[in-house]
Amino acid sequence: MNGVHDMGGMDGFGKVEPEPNEPVFHAAWEARVLAMVRAMGAAGAFNIDTSRFYRETIPPHVYLSSSYYKKWFLGLEEMLIEKGYLTREDVAAGHAVHPAKALKHGRLERDGVERTMVRGKFARPAPAPARFNIGERVRAKNIHPVTHTRLPRYVRGHVGVVELNHGCHVFPDSAAMELGENPQWLYTVVFEGRDLWGADGDPTLKVSIDAFEPYLDPA
Amino acid sequence: MSEHHHHDHDHSELSETELRVRALETILTEKGYVAPAALDAIIQAYETKIGPHNGARVVAKAWSDPAFRTALLEDGSKAISTLGQISRVGDHLVVVENTPQRHNMIVCTLCSCYPWEMLGLPPVWYKAAPYRSRAVKDPRGVLADFGVTLPKDIEIRVWDSTAETRFLVLPMRPEGTEGWSEEQLAALVTRDCMIGTGFPKAPGVPS
Repeated sequence: MNGVHDMGGMDGFGKVEPEPNEPVFHAAWEARVLAMVRAMGAAGAFNIDTSRFYRETIPPHVYLSSSYYKKWFLGLEEMLIEKGYLTREDVAAGHAVHPAKALKHGRLERDGVERTMVRGKFARPAPAPARFNIGERVRAKNIHPVTHTRLPRYVRGHVGVVELNHGCHVFPDSAAMELGENPQWLYTVVFEGRDLWGADGDPTLKVSIDAFEPYLDPA
Repeated sequence: MSEHHHHDHDHSELSETELRVRALETILTEKGYVAPAALDAIIQAYETKIGPHNGARVVAKAWSDPAFRTALLEDGSKAISTLGQISRVGDHLVVVENTPQRHNMIVCTLCSCYPWEMLGLPPVWYKAAPYRSRAVKDPRGVLADFGVTLPKDIEIRVWDSTAETRFLVLPMRPEGTEGWSEEQLAALVTRDCMIGTGFPKAPGVPS
């Protein structure tokens, strides 16, 4: 979806403000939100792409004015309601009013936590040979799906060069909508800065994205 | 009057967000979805085990061991999987090397993708709009916000983390560190230099 989350190339947000000696969390509730998202994900309540999509669908004015973990909280609560794990009555009451729904992988217990600290695997067997070779010129499609996609707006329609082939991975556009993993070849595609940003762009800049094969056409 | 004031003060100590987060945890616990002890353990791991010291160890080893450096650039995940305790990195880590000709910078314009297992949870600025919007268009301007200046003609390569691949910058080894141990070298490796928004510390400069 063409949401405010797709920020590459937008102007007007001001300076980057590094914080010296930044703490891991700025408030205790932030840590609880992170832990709840991790635990519910590990329990199989949702996949990572679905959770990203729910953060993207936060209304733009709320997205832009909410802190990072506030967005995580808003996305989590809405997702759990829509997936049937919670009801609005539960939330309004602040207690479990309705019965629980079974979790696909069961509740994450303390002894399972270390397992969740190991990064997940997203590579899958290839359903077909790769369409593009390293060094080949490709054009990012001019597509505007209203659901989740990982093709940022700022490259759409532009020509780049395939630099790396990462194998076949879970396709976020399908997984986010719970339509299956639909594995697709994944490439690093590099663009010239001036192709993206025009003649006034930084001539020393190259930008790459990781692009799934359905995002690309031969150029 | 003063009672009222006191009451208001108590009330404001718990923000609306904090109350909502507490309520959600209560509901999830009552429904049997989360175990509070597991949540505590997750938080403890991110506060104590997972942090930039993991990435720093990898960088210091690459600076010291040419065979490891080659293997790391060839397949970051595979090379790091040989290092035991810090090998939570999974299968999709790509290590990109800074050279006198090219400076690498990592961003996630769409959300906040970041090599957690190597660097810990990302800082607020990495997840915020100014960095996500400008890194791909005006990286030199972004670097200026960090007080970092690059030579005018060096190539800047920005890697937008749009999939489950994760990127780690291998910075250039600081001059004047010949003969240093991996442990000494690791102390020079900052989080930001592994994102590409900074350089390693110079030897002899207090941190």
